[in-house]
Amino acid sequence: MTRSVGARALVLSLVILGVFLAAWHVAVSGGGAGGQAVDPEYAKLVGAAAATGGQTPMPGPVDVGKAIWKHLSDPFYVRGTNDMGIGIQLAYSLARVLIGFGIAVAVAVPLGFLIGMSPIVYRALDPFIQVMKPISPLAWMPLALYTIKDSSLSSIFVIFICSLWPMLINTAFGVASVRKDWLNVARTLEVGPVRKAFTVILPAAAPTILTGMRISVGIAWLVIVAAEMLVGGTGIGYFVWNQWNNLSLTDIITAILLIGLVGMALDQILARLTRLVTYPE
Amino acid sequence: MAASYISIEGIARRFPAPEGGKTTIFEDLWFAMERGEFVCVIGHSGCGKTTVLNILAGLDEPSEGAVIIDGKAIEGPSLDRAVIFQSHGLLPWRTVLGNVAYAVSSKWRDWPKAKVEDHARKAIATVGLSGAEMKKPAQLSGGMKQRVGIARALSIEPKIMLMDEPFSALDALTRGTLQDEVRGICRTTGQTVFMITHDVDEAIYLADKIVLMTNGPDARVAEIVVNPLPADRSRNEVHKHPAYYPVRNHIIDFLVARSKSFATELAQPGKVWNRRAPPLVTPGAAGGPAPLVRAV
Repeated sequence: MTRSVGARALVLSLVILGVFLAAWHVAVSGGGAGGQAVDPEYAKLVGAAAATGGQTPMPGPVDVGKAIWKHLSDPFYVRGTNDMGIGIQLAYSLARVLIGFGIAVAVAVPLGFLIGMSPIVYRALDPFIQVMKPISPLAWMPLALYTIKDSSLSSIFVIFICSLWPMLINTAFGVASVRKDWLNVARTLEVGPVRKAFTVILPAAAPTILTGMRISVGIAWLVIVAAEMLVGGTGIGYFVWNQWNNLSLTDIITAILLIGLVGMALDQILARLTRLVTYPE
Repeated sequence: MAASYISIEGIARRFPAPEGGKTTIFEDLWFAMERGEFVCVIGHSGCGKTTVLNILAGLDEPSEGAVIIDGKAIEGPSLDRAVIFQSHGLLPWRTVLGNVAYAVSSKWRDWPKAKVEDHARKAIATVGLSGAEMKKPAQLSGGMKQRVGIARALSIEPKIMLMDEPFSALDALTRGTLQDEVRGICRTTGQTVFMITHDVDEAIYLADKIVLMTNGPDARVAEIVVNPLPADRSRNEVHKHPAYYPVRNHIIDFLVARSKSFATELAQPGKVWNRRAPPLVTPGAAGGPAPLVRAV
């Protein structure tokens, strides 16, 4: 084989996907045939759905493929509060994540700088951070709903609070572990504190800070789905829950796939940004 | 005493010891340097050489005493004193030009960008790195990185250069070339240089005076060797000079034995040693066998 590793890996990926889809198809069609084995008289009496135990059959890959096609061919329609295109729902979720994440960046990076530069502030804030960090962001939701009194703003707050900690900790760590030599260079050149922060500490800590951002945006994207299921209204999380109430499994699977793809895209964007600011030593 | 250009007056440095109390690295340390002198300090690890350099640079403060430079006690770092770090201390996200320009723009804050870069390019050319301006430090060899460090130090036209084992991480060939270059640059610009080294030959080749420090803790300046070699020295001639081996043997004797046992040496009857004015010795001078110690 003279093909590159990448090409061979791609072939393997496609084989795995094909095997998975085929297994799914076989499993679903086998189950469906078994479920239909009911006395037709009885079925006529109680209705087809009740006769099969009230179960909607698990959709096969073909059904899901059709649903995806349907959604992607018209992603931005609005036909009422409970009937909006999947693109609109994703846009709502993305907007909440980006706003919450953006506010978290604006808070975490300067605060992380302060914590990283001052051992006293670091020690003083450390217990708070250690307690706040492991709290599930959704636990804040009732408190947020009570104080903010707006479900959309509450989800943004939840995104903010869950994005905050990884960035705060990484920024503080990155700033605190800037090489002493580089700080000494700035000192011997009589560089002022502001110029030092922007020309030495920020570039030195940038890869660590961006790694924190990447972790944060990943968590935010995980959390937004759950938050929107909880508060409802709009967003991809709400869409999933709504389709569960409609028992529309094809739509749910479509949404799951799209959530994965968007999450991957967010991660890749930050990975690329991290690579931009990483310096070889 | 007549005011020297740099006068280290009774400095001490103590660190909190792990078991409580304080460890004294050195105390009541005195010595002086004249303008344009190239002084090397030799001593074993832990004798506080780097601490003295950091105090001179203003990066560290003495627990006691003071350092007077040109009539003024130093307070913190200054652009008049450039430091060449052992680990070169280049900012890896900046190019060679960016690193040097950073220093230049720190010294002359109102200069336009073009003037800063022009000045930086000249400093880079002085150390023979023209053509590598746009490279990042990671793309350079160890010797080239140290050259950039030297260019950065030179670019701010300091009054004093402080070098902490600048060549110790380099291979012997590169080290030799860089020593030649540094010596040439310092001679033409009349730099005052304070350099730490572990390399006896390097000290003899470069220095006008070699400060010998005893082992720490409680290190002292035992004596100052006045280099008898002519100021005009060349690498191939230096080891043929009649005073070369007396000086070299004297320093190696010191490093091997006397740096450890200096306290007993002082306790000998008739030994005169004033810590405020460490004796100047010139091994191999005045013909005949050199006295081991010649107090002045």
